[in-house]
Amino acid sequence: MNTAASLWSAVVVSGLYHGVNPGMGWPLAVSAALMARNTGNLYSALAALAAGHLLAMAAILFPFSALLVLVEWQVQIQTGAALLVIALGIYLLINRRHPRFLARVPPSRLALWSFLAAMAHGAGLMLVPIYLGICGTLETDAGHAAAYSLMWNNATTALAVALAHTGAMVLAGGTIAVGVYHWLGLKFLQKSWFDLDLIWALSLIIVGLLALLTAH
Amino acid sequence: MNLRPDPTFYPTPQMAMQAPVETLAFTLMLSPDGAQPDGLAVVDVDPKSDTYGQIVHSLFMPNTGDEFHHFGWNACSSALSPLTGHAFLERRYLIIPGIRSSRIYVIDVKEPLKAKIHKIIEPEELMTKTGYSRPHTIHCGPEGIYVSTLGGGGEDGTDGPPGIFIMDCETFEILGRYEMDRGAQDKHYDFWWNLPRDYMVSSEWGLPPQFENGIVPEDLLSNKYGHSIHFWDLRARKNIQTIDLGENHQMALEIRPAHDPAKEYGFCGVVVDTTNLQGAIFTWWRKKDGTFEAKKTITIDPVPASADDLPDLLKGFEAVPPLVTDIDLSLDDKYLYVACWGLGEMHQYDVSDPMNPVLAGKVEIGGIVKKTPHPNGKTFGYGPQMVEISRDGKRVYWTNSLYSTWDDQFYPGDRGAAMVCADVGENGGLTLNENFWVEFPEGYRSHQIRLEGGDCSTDSFCYPSV
Repeated sequence: MNTAASLWSAVVVSGLYHGVNPGMGWPLAVSAALMARNTGNLYSALAALAAGHLLAMAAILFPFSALLVLVEWQVQIQTGAALLVIALGIYLLINRRHPRFLARVPPSRLALWSFLAAMAHGAGLMLVPIYLGICGTLETDAGHAAAYSLMWNNATTALAVALAHTGAMVLAGGTIAVGVYHWLGLKFLQKSWFDLDLIWALSLIIVGLLALLTAH
Repeated sequence: MNLRPDPTFYPTPQMAMQAPVETLAFTLMLSPDGAQPDGLAVVDVDPKSDTYGQIVHSLFMPNTGDEFHHFGWNACSSALSPLTGHAFLERRYLIIPGIRSSRIYVIDVKEPLKAKIHKIIEPEELMTKTGYSRPHTIHCGPEGIYVSTLGGGGEDGTDGPPGIFIMDCETFEILGRYEMDRGAQDKHYDFWWNLPRDYMVSSEWGLPPQFENGIVPEDLLSNKYGHSIHFWDLRARKNIQTIDLGENHQMALEIRPAHDPAKEYGFCGVVVDTTNLQGAIFTWWRKKDGTFEAKKTITIDPVPASADDLPDLLKGFEAVPPLVTDIDLSLDDKYLYVACWGLGEMHQYDVSDPMNPVLAGKVEIGGIVKKTPHPNGKTFGYGPQMVEISRDGKRVYWTNSLYSTWDDQFYPGDRGAAMVCADVGENGGLTLNENFWVEFPEGYRSHQIRLEGGDCSTDSFCYPSV
């Protein structure tokens, strides 16, 4: 597998990973459908969760796509991003407390909740090194490309990364939510909810370290 | 730190009902005159055990004069809320407030027979951080542990209104007041909520000068105790509606919402109607437009009595008021238990139709006039008071003390602590269990009961029963 393909699969795998994490919201879709006694509410809740997650990805990726115009600084940007991801991982590792502001979001505002949950857990930041890697593979000819087309390329790539990631996330979370709602029952929630906080923090650090090693 | 949710957290009330039955109960013991330190009794409630019905461990506090009353867990089924993700907490600590001292104890009961004090929050800290005093009801919710209080600041607790404060559910640090907009709320007692629907309901007893040294008859007869219930936007911390039940409905105490969060109704017990001495239950419900309504759905009549049989407080009335002091709802939302502390009766109502409760069972024990003994022949002092139902709804436990100074007014003299258990019939009905009788240490009274692994007045559920 070439570098680009493996980076794109990393985008999808991270999406699947975020999706199965109950902390990113699939139990909310189950709860919405159960409360309303209507399957339709499961899908509208998933859509709201997806919108919030997508927005959180975009909010993090687009500033980096703009930064990439500074072509000669690419290595520094990659290094900086990697360090940022590692720093967040270490912070989440040390500070194992849940962000209290999430508890103030009313259950009716799922998209906002999803956006804030993704931001608080650094879900978007986890994608940055992967995204920068993908941009790197695109620009063999970077030096000669016009700034405008470069920016356009980076922005569309950012959008594609955010969409692919969020799509995978909804697929994974949605599959579990539908399974729990129709067949598995809430017993699954009680038995399968694992504390991913530690693994999550470690994933951030690993992604950052890999990016550091490959940034050149 | 758990890697999986605590097995005693349940997504739905139905799943909690199917869980293994309780083998231990925790009961608060208070020293009415403050001569001895208050304590926590661990009671064996496993019928197969040799020590069934006995206190198998007691933990006494290092202070006196706390007056233990209500208490609760550091974490319950609300930790499975998909919004807040506290799933990995442990149901391990009991938070026990002293209603008289304003001191709060955090007791580690991971090993119930070695229960030990984990942390003590001194009254000064509570008052400095919240301006509240006399902590009362405990519930675990989205932002941590919520504690209602009966008093505001100052020596007699009347400097500012009482309210709710929030504690961190891991460090037990007091974080501050809950309310951002309390509206008309100026007294407090109980509160509970519907987590997915995002509303809270609170009730009113009276201010500290109205209860600490005993009931104030003039205040009662001029309807100065609480008679309103308040509805809140839970996460916005805002009072959105106050319903006055009518000023004659004195002391609106326990709030019992349906456990199934898909249902949008609940109950509130009223101690006494000053126009006719009745006890009453109101059903409250949320309408389609998000506003609330309440209606009186149960009344319990007073019973005429000779003045000679009555304490000074009641002689003039020549009747025993039922005095509805506690109510509790089974996890299937089917039976509401109503303690008639004055009459000496425990009522069981079928509330399958919450607007039309039907009396399904009744037990007579104790009482101001009746003084009905336990079927084992022993004297049950006072009347049925704090009631707790097993998760499966098959056993109902209760104790007999209301509040030290009020006990002495309605039941002069020391009548002793008690804790009994009644079995629920297949189709309703309530029968006292002859073999269950707890002996408490001399000089103590008994108050609220908590069951190992959760019961019918602790856990808040985030998913509806299917």
